[in-house]
Amino acid sequence: MWYLWKEMLQIQPRPQVYDVVVVGSGAGGGTAVKVLTDLGVNVALLEAGPMLNPARDFKEHLWPWQVPHRGAGDNAELYFGRMQWGYFSAPNGYWDIDGEPYTVAPGNEFRWFRSRIVGGRTNHYGRISLRFSDYDFKPYSTDGLGTDWPITYDEVSPWYDKAEGFMGVTGTKEGIRSAPDGNFLPPIPPRVHEILIKRACEKLSIPCIPSRMAMLTKSIHGRAACHYCGQCGRGCVTASAFTSSQAMIFPAMKTGKLTVISGAMARELITNDEGRVTAVSYVDKATRTEKRIRCRSVVVAASACESARLLLNSKTSRFPNGLANGSGMVGRNLTDTVGYGLNGHIPALSGLPRHNSDGIGGMHMYVPWWELDKKNKDFPRGYHIELGGGFGMPQLGSFRSACNRHEGYGKALKNKIREEYGAIVGFAGRGEMIPNEHTFCEIDPNVVDRWGIPVLRFHYRWSEHELKMAKHMHETFVRIIDSMGGTVLGLRNPEREEGGISVGGTIIHEAGTVRMGDDPKTSPLNRYCQAHEVKNLFVSDAGPMVGNPDKNVTLTIVALAWRTAEYLAEELRKGNV
Amino acid sequence: MSEERYDELSRREILRNIGLGLTLTAGGADLLSAQAAQHVHQAVAEQKKSGPYKPKCFTAHEYRTLQKLADLIVPADEKSKGAIEAGAPEFIDLLASNNADLAAIFTGGLAWMDREMERRHKANFVSATPEQQTALLDAIAYRKNDAPEIAPGIRFFAWARNMTVDAFYTSRTGVDDLGYKGNGSMSEFSVPEEAIQYALRRSNLA
Repeated sequence: MWYLWKEMLQIQPRPQVYDVVVVGSGAGGGTAVKVLTDLGVNVALLEAGPMLNPARDFKEHLWPWQVPHRGAGDNAELYFGRMQWGYFSAPNGYWDIDGEPYTVAPGNEFRWFRSRIVGGRTNHYGRISLRFSDYDFKPYSTDGLGTDWPITYDEVSPWYDKAEGFMGVTGTKEGIRSAPDGNFLPPIPPRVHEILIKRACEKLSIPCIPSRMAMLTKSIHGRAACHYCGQCGRGCVTASAFTSSQAMIFPAMKTGKLTVISGAMARELITNDEGRVTAVSYVDKATRTEKRIRCRSVVVAASACESARLLLNSKTSRFPNGLANGSGMVGRNLTDTVGYGLNGHIPALSGLPRHNSDGIGGMHMYVPWWELDKKNKDFPRGYHIELGGGFGMPQLGSFRSACNRHEGYGKALKNKIREEYGAIVGFAGRGEMIPNEHTFCEIDPNVVDRWGIPVLRFHYRWSEHELKMAKHMHETFVRIIDSMGGTVLGLRNPEREEGGISVGGTIIHEAGTVRMGDDPKTSPLNRYCQAHEVKNLFVSDAGPMVGNPDKNVTLTIVALAWRTAEYLAEELRKGNV
Repeated sequence: MSEERYDELSRREILRNIGLGLTLTAGGADLLSAQAAQHVHQAVAEQKKSGPYKPKCFTAHEYRTLQKLADLIVPADEKSKGAIEAGAPEFIDLLASNNADLAAIFTGGLAWMDREMERRHKANFVSATPEQQTALLDAIAYRKNDAPEIAPGIRFFAWARNMTVDAFYTSRTGVDDLGYKGNGSMSEFSVPEEAIQYALRRSNLA
């Protein structure tokens, strides 16, 4: 009898029940993993892509000529628009994934960037780390558009402090309402072109201040200070540039509290009769088999749209519209950032004495929104300006614009390229989109991916607000370039209908698809990013954001995920979930 | 990539480039040594290649034509060597050997250059005089000259120019020509005052 019982045990071992299963390993999932394991919670992490191996995967410090194709790809993909992401870039994600399509409704345009790697998009992202402002949490109260958040800046501020303190963010205290001050590391000195831009902005009464970037200007938490090679986007072997993989997940793996399951594509959240999540069903990609992992609670952090997809695909008779979707708002309120860019040639920089201007990967100065109090603008909200320029490492395509503009060949072309090198500055506007009823994602009833999981169909439309904002960006950039005595590269007065504004999704700041709010009738999540209808279900990415201000979402993802994780740990301790 | 001197990038230089990181971090030392190993391995592999380059995609004649064209697009001048020394023909041949669309663009374009030169001067491109060669390039190097007779030449030349320029400036020769000083390590970031003053003096922003 005893033997029989023991054999049965071996045949049907009781599967482990994790305190928390986290789905997705980017900024939100990494934060959940870090905070929960620090608090002694047992966590399993599902990631749809492979494990990251910085020593193997990062191409930091490689010269282009050290690769025979110099970055074009073995089959010259770069020259045919078939390169998914730069050859030298850190593993990050894809615009198209074999066997994992999405669809776009006829007449709409949207591009969906998806990550499939431990660390997600944080392995590569720009690391611009801007706090949302007080008014960003109360947009409806401010101008009658959009929806107020259930939380205020003052409630989020301590979590920004923690996020900045852990990630390491450069900056200076400026006292500007559109750019709230934070818990900053020392700033990094401006490059020559940034000094000129700052002076030009001063003439125009536009602020230009030290950038707020998640790169270490001094060592913290065992991560070395930056060595200023400017290649953060390639991945940083010293982890001086923040990633959730290196700064959060790898250390958590050493605690013994974390089980990482890579190659695991979440299909569905399994609920019991009481409407609580009991397990996550996922496809083990290596074997194409269905597996289940049991949990007391789940943190969905798969990115705004993948998280919405997972909830919408978790339908039961109790939740016929998908899990946590009694409000019908899952997939709705999708936004991306308004993007517009313009370059200028600055003769004052021609022949600039050569020096190493690499610095941190990205801008050392930026322009926060400056027309907050202006009364008669023709569009709501605002944007910030990201600055480019300097002596970048020459890459394939670095001189494509010079070839197109100057044409010709021979010594004359060579001289032009020399003269312009380091004398081109770039301006990228990043502005706020107001959620609209025409922009959302839903399950496409006709299409499944290679794993049999129904895919998303996107609807996307800019409104007049965003188109007018892009026009304002163009005019501002022209004014700054003019003030520097420069020449605008490209059209000075382009026909500005849809032309020029970024294609939806391409700034890779999707948000809003699983928004939070106090009223279960209008929002899937409560103020802790906990589902109103499913108490042990939490969302930690940009999905919960009620608006998408002109401040890149990652810092706020980390701050909110940190807050949610501490709340969840406390609820677990109290036995409430 | 034979003529680009990979041995310029010595083992010592590679190790120095990434070795500085070793002194900066204790925790990541194992990762860094793996990274170092990868770089050294790659550079040593490059150094082993030697002897004249044998085209993988183009015929001997096509390759000579491509070399001539690359030399005209980015020639050596007082400051630096040119596209041939920077390995542009090898780069284009290598990529064309792995991409049929690219191969067709170049074999078709090079053949067009020969036919056009024969039509004009009864000689193929490489046999034509330097004056005849530059006269043809002066026609196809500018969009404003677009006309049905030379449209294929203009389209092809844009490809040849883009890829030759790409190859030149992604070589050590091209990087040195531009004076790019980075891709290394700095313990602190600073900008030389001389450079700041140079730009301010030339601007109206001083």
